[in-house]
Amino acid sequence: MLRYVVKRVALMIPMLFTVALLTFFLLRVIPGDIVEVKMRADGGNVSQEVIERERVRLGLDKPLVVQFGDWMKGIVTFNFGTSMWTGQPISREIGIRLGLSIQVAVMAAIIAVLIAVPLGTISALFRDSWIDYLVRIVTIAGLAVPSFWLGMLIILGLLTLFNWSPPVTYTPFLTDPIANLSQLIWPALAVGYRYAAVVARMLRSSVLEALQEDYIRTARAKGVFERLVIVRHTLPNALLPAITVIGLEFAFLMGGLVVTEQVFNLNGIGRLFVEAVTRNDFTLIQTLVMMIAVMFAVVNLIVDLLYGVLDPRVTNK
Amino acid sequence: MVAGLLSALEIEERPAPVASAQAPLLSVEDLRVEFHTGRGVVRAVDGVSWNVYPGETMAIVGESGCGKSVSALAVMGLLAKPAGRVSGGRIMFGDRDLTQLSTSQMRELRGRDIAMVFQEPMTSLNPVLSIGTQLAEPLRIHLGMTAQEARARSIELLGLVGIADAARRLDQYPHQFSGGMRQRVMIAIALTCNPKLIIADEPTTALDVTIQAQVLELMKELSQKLGIALVIITHNLGIVARYADRLTVMYAGRVVEEGTAEQLFARPRHPYTLGLLRSVPRLDQPRAGSLDTIDGLPPNLLAPPTGCRFADRCFLRAAVCETDPPLFDLANGQRSACHRHAELERTVAARPAAPLPEVVARKDEAPLLSVRSLRKDFHVPIGQGRDGLVRAVDDVSFDIPRGTTLGVVGESGCGKTTVGRMILKLTPQTSGEVVFEGTDIASASDDAMRKLRLRMQVVFQDPFSSLNPRMSIGDTLNEPQLVYRKVRNRREADEHSAELLRRVGLVPEMASRYPHQLSGGQRQRVGIARALAMQPSFIVCDEPVSALDVSVQAQIMNLLTDLQNSLGMTFLFIAHDLAVVRHISQRIVVMYLGRVVETADCDDLYREPLHPYTQALLDAAPVPDPKIERQRAARVLKGEPPSPLNPPSGCTYHTRCPRATSECAAIVPPLREVRPGHFAACIKI
Amino acid sequence: MTTLSQTSFKPTRTRRRWRDNPVIDFAVSQPLGVAGFLVVLVMVVSAIFADVIAPYDPLAIDFEAMLAPPSLAHPFGTDTFGRDILTRIMYGARTALTIGFISSFIGCTIGAIVGLASAYFGGWRDMIVQRGIDLLLSFPIIVLALVVVAMVGRNKVGGVDLNLICAITVPIIPRAARVVRSAGLSIREMPYVDAARAAGYSSTRIVLRHMAPNVLGPYLILVTAYIAQAILLEASLSFLGLGVNEPTPAWGLMLSGNSANFYQTAPWMILFPGAAISLAVFGFNLVGDALRDWLDPRLKT
Repeated sequence: MLRYVVKRVALMIPMLFTVALLTFFLLRVIPGDIVEVKMRADGGNVSQEVIERERVRLGLDKPLVVQFGDWMKGIVTFNFGTSMWTGQPISREIGIRLGLSIQVAVMAAIIAVLIAVPLGTISALFRDSWIDYLVRIVTIAGLAVPSFWLGMLIILGLLTLFNWSPPVTYTPFLTDPIANLSQLIWPALAVGYRYAAVVARMLRSSVLEALQEDYIRTARAKGVFERLVIVRHTLPNALLPAITVIGLEFAFLMGGLVVTEQVFNLNGIGRLFVEAVTRNDFTLIQTLVMMIAVMFAVVNLIVDLLYGVLDPRVTNK
Repeated sequence: MVAGLLSALEIEERPAPVASAQAPLLSVEDLRVEFHTGRGVVRAVDGVSWNVYPGETMAIVGESGCGKSVSALAVMGLLAKPAGRVSGGRIMFGDRDLTQLSTSQMRELRGRDIAMVFQEPMTSLNPVLSIGTQLAEPLRIHLGMTAQEARARSIELLGLVGIADAARRLDQYPHQFSGGMRQRVMIAIALTCNPKLIIADEPTTALDVTIQAQVLELMKELSQKLGIALVIITHNLGIVARYADRLTVMYAGRVVEEGTAEQLFARPRHPYTLGLLRSVPRLDQPRAGSLDTIDGLPPNLLAPPTGCRFADRCFLRAAVCETDPPLFDLANGQRSACHRHAELERTVAARPAAPLPEVVARKDEAPLLSVRSLRKDFHVPIGQGRDGLVRAVDDVSFDIPRGTTLGVVGESGCGKTTVGRMILKLTPQTSGEVVFEGTDIASASDDAMRKLRLRMQVVFQDPFSSLNPRMSIGDTLNEPQLVYRKVRNRREADEHSAELLRRVGLVPEMASRYPHQLSGGQRQRVGIARALAMQPSFIVCDEPVSALDVSVQAQIMNLLTDLQNSLGMTFLFIAHDLAVVRHISQRIVVMYLGRVVETADCDDLYREPLHPYTQALLDAAPVPDPKIERQRAARVLKGEPPSPLNPPSGCTYHTRCPRATSECAAIVPPLREVRPGHFAACIKI
Repeated sequence: MTTLSQTSFKPTRTRRRWRDNPVIDFAVSQPLGVAGFLVVLVMVVSAIFADVIAPYDPLAIDFEAMLAPPSLAHPFGTDTFGRDILTRIMYGARTALTIGFISSFIGCTIGAIVGLASAYFGGWRDMIVQRGIDLLLSFPIIVLALVVVAMVGRNKVGGVDLNLICAITVPIIPRAARVVRSAGLSIREMPYVDAARAAGYSSTRIVLRHMAPNVLGPYLILVTAYIAQAILLEASLSFLGLGVNEPTPAWGLMLSGNSANFYQTAPWMILFPGAAISLAVFGFNLVGDALRDWLDPRLKT
C-alpha cells in the first residue's frame, strides 16, 4: 500500500513540473513585452526607461531559463515573487485570501454532499415517482443556473424578504464563528447548489446501475430484506464511483468561486485571479495557476487513496 | 385451457414417474408470465406445467427465449418488476400457492426453502462484501444464528462444496476466487438453510468443460446425499443426459414434452425434441457429413402464432396443427404436446448419416499454413504498479495442408484465440514463425501483408459485435470489393454481394438491412459472407458457433462444412466444444495453458486420446445419451487451472494430472510422435 | 459463453411504420427532450429575427425611461441607460447562440479528432495525448478560459470576439477529447474493427468509416452539452468584464457592474437576464440528456 502511495506521489511531480513549464512559457509567448503591455494597458505613454526599470525590478531582464529556475526555486520556498500590480510579494496577497476561499469551498462541499447523497439515492430508489421527477428537475436546474446569478438571487431574496444583507467584512472563523458563518454561508450555498446537482445526478445513475447488477438478484434470492439489499448491497457499490466525482468536483469548485466571490464582494482567491487577469498581472497569474494545479493534483491523490482504501478489489490483491 | 385442466387433474391421479409415489414438491400449474414492454406485451410463459418430486433432479431444457429461466424466476418471485408479472396459473409448493403469497412471505421462503443458483458466477456475488458476510446472511436472517454460529456453519458449508482452507477464505472477497470456485460458493449459499429445492439456472454455461464437470458432480452428489431436489435449467443436452432423472422440454413459452431422461432420449415424441437431439454433433457416434437442422427461427412472443407454435418449422405439420395441442399422456408418464406424436414414432427410424466426403490432403504440396515455435508474452499489471508476465502461447507448432481443417481445442486461457490472432497478425508475435503460402508474415512488408490478408480471413465469435452497427449488410459486403477494386462499380459490387448472401443461405434483400435487425444466426452468416467476399484460401474461425443456440449452431456448422466441400476451403477452427470441433476438423490440436499437449488426426484422437488432459476433456464432456452416461464412471478432473502468471514448472499439467510424478515437475515434456501422425507431450505414455 | 437469443424480440419488425422515422420516435419517447428543444427553438428564433420582432433598438438610450419597472411599454423594464431589457435579451440570444454554437462545434470537433486518433493509434502517442488531456483537465473550465483571455488579450479581431471564442473553445477541446477517446477505445476492441484490420484496410479508412460513425452518438451529445456550457461560460466571462464588451447586448454583461448596485431599486435588471441564461442552458441540457437516453436503448438492441 505504501508503495502505491509513493508511486502516485512520484507521478504527480513530473505532471506539476510540466504545468509550471507550460504556464511560464505560455505567458511569455504573448505578443509584445508583458511589462509593456501591462503598462500601456494602464494607460498613458510610458518611456522606454521606465519600462526597463520595471523589468529589472521584476527580474524580467534575465534570460528565460534563469527566470524559470528562479521561479521554481521560489515556489519550493514559498516565495512567489512580486505582483506586477500591487508591487507586494505574491505570497502575502495569496495568504490572506486563501483561507477564506478554502473555507467557502469546504462549506460548499459539505452542504452539497449532505444534500446530494440522500437525494440522489432516493431519486434512484423511487425511480419515475414524483420524488424522482422533482429531484431530476431540481438537479437539471442546478446545472443550468449560473452560480453567480444564484448568488445575486440569494442576496436579492435576503434583502427583499428579510431586509438583511450579509456582512461585508471578513471575520475569521475562530474569532467570531457566527459572524463568519453568516457571511460565508451564502456564497457556499450559491456554489454548492451546482456541486450538489452534479453529485446527485451522478449518484442517481450509479445507484440505478448498481440495482441492475446480478449480485442484487442473488441477494434477493437469498431472502434478504429489501432494506438490507439496498443499504448493504447496493449503496456501497454505488457510492464508490461517486467518491471520485465528489473529489473531482471539489477541485472544480474554484471555478464557481471565481465568479461568485465577485458577487458577494469576498476577498478570496477567485477574485484575486480575476483581478490579476484584468490587470495583466502575469506573475500573479502564473503563480495562481500553479497553485490551482497543485490543489487539483492533491485532491486527486486523496480521492485515489481513499478509493484504494475502500474498495476491497484494490486492497486485497 | 385444456392442457391446464389435464395437468391439474393428473397430478392427483397419476403416479409419479419416479419410483416413489410421492406428491410433488413443487408443482407449476398452467403458469403464465407476461412482460409489459414499450413494444407490447410479451407472453414469455404461456400455460406451462411441470412438477418436481422430492430428491429428484429435473432438467428444463430449451433454447434461449423459450421461457425456462422466466418460469424459474416466477417460482422464486424474482420477476423484474414492474414489467414482469404472473398473469395466471398456480405455483404449488407443498400446499401453498406461491403466486398468492405476500412479498414478505415470499421473502421468507426464498433462500430458506427454495434456493437459486445463477448463471454468471463472475457477477453474481457482491464485490465489496466478503464471502463470509454473504454466506452468513441467509443464516442470520432465516435461521437467526449469531455471528459465531454462522461462521462455523459457513466453514462447514465451504468444506462441503470442496473449498479448501475454508476459514481463511471466508474473509476473502469474490475477486480472489476463480469462476468455478465462485460457483461453488453460490452453491454453498444455496445450501445454507437446508432447502428442499435448489433451482440452478444454467449453472455451468459460463464455465470451462472440466470445471463444469466438477460443479455438476458436486451438485448431484449433494442432491443425493442431502435429499435436495434439483431443477437444472440448461440448453446442453449432454448435461441433461448425465445428470437428470426427468426432463421437461420447453419451446416458445410452452412445454412440448416431458418424461424421464431415458424415455425422451430414446423415443422422443415431439418433433422439436427430435430435432434438437439430431442437430447436436455427438462424440459417441461416427462423424456425419452434415447435421440435421431445424429450419427457421423461433416465433416472436409479442405476437405468437395460434395453434402449435412449432408448426412453422415442423416436418410433420398438418392441418390439425392449427389448433393448440394439449399435453398428451403417453405410456409411463411421458407427455408430449404434439398432435401427431403417433406418426412421429413411425418415422423415427435411424436416418442414414450423410456420407462423409473424402478430404485428402495432397502430400506433395507444402502446407498452406505453417506455424513453428510460436510464442506470445503479455505484460499485465498486477496491482501496486507492478507488471507480471503471462506467456499466453508457448512453443506452438503445427501445419495446415491446403483444403483441410485444423481444429484447436482447449479451455479458456489456453491461448487458442491468441494463436489465431497472431496468424492473422492482429496481435504481434513475440517470437516464432508463421508461414502462409510461402511467406513469413512476421517479416512481410505492409504492402505484402495487404496482399496476404486478401487470402486469409476471419469469422468471430460474437455475432453482435462482429458487424459494424452503422453499416448496412450490403455496405459491409461491398466494402472489400470496392476497396480492393475487384469490381468496377457499385452495381457490380451489389451483385456480388447478393451472390454471397445466397451462398450463405440468406436472401439478397437483406443487403439493405442493418445488423440490429438480424438474428444472431443471420449475423453470423453475414460474418461468413464477409470473410468469403475476398475469396480467401484460408479462414480462421474463432469460436464461430459458441454464442449461438443449439439449433442455429447446426445450421452454421452445416454451412461451414458445405464451404469446406464445395470451395475446398482451409479452416483453422478454434473452439472449446469437443463434439463441434470433431465434426468439422480433419486434424486436431489440443492446448493447455499455452502449450500443445496433443496433436492427431481427428478419428485417432477421439478413439485413443493419449494425453491425460485430452482424456480428461473427453471424460468431462457429457454425451446426449443417458444409457451411455449411466455406464460411464465419473472421472472428474480435480483442481483448478493454474494462474498463467505463475505456471507450474515442468509439465504445466502436472498439478492436476492423475499420473503425475516428481519427474513431471522437472521436465517440460516434448511433443513426440507416439503413434504415426499422433503426437503427445507427456513423458508417461 | 452465454447463448444469445436469436430472434424472439425483434423490435423493428413489430414497430409501426410511423414510428420508424427517428424524429417521431425521439419526440414520442423523450418528452423532456422535446420541451428542451422548444426552448432552444424560441432562442434561435429570437436570435435570428431579433431585428424584426424586438420592440426597441437594443442600443437606444432613453434617459427618460431609466430604471423603469416592468410595464406594458417595457415588459421587462429598463436599465440604467433606459434601454429596453426585453430587446436586449432578444439580441443577447444572438450573442449567446453565436458564441455558443461556434465554440462548442469547433471545440468538440477538434477534441473528437484528437480523441479518436489517439484511441486508434494507441501506444506512446496515445499516452502523450492522454497526459496532455489530463494536464488541461486539471483546471476548471473558467480558469483555463481566463488564462487564454490573459494570453490573447481582450481586443476584437475583425469585429468578432475571436479572442472570446478562442477562450471558450480551448477548455472544451480536452473535455471532448477525453469522452471521444474513451468511446473510441471501446470501439477499437470490437471484433468488427478487428475484421477491418484483418481485411487490410488502411488506418484512415478504419478510423473514418468504422470508428467515427460509431462515435457519432457521443459526439452529438457532447456538442449539445457544450453549447450549454459555452453559453454559461460566455455569460460568466462577460459578467466579470472579460468577455463581450459594452454596449453589445449579452446576458452576462447585463448582470455585471452597474446592475449589482440595484438589488432593491431595480431587481428586474437581475431577474430577467439571469433567467434567460438559465433557460437557455436548461433547454440545451434537456436536449442533450434526451439524446443520450434515446441513443442508449437503441444501441442495446
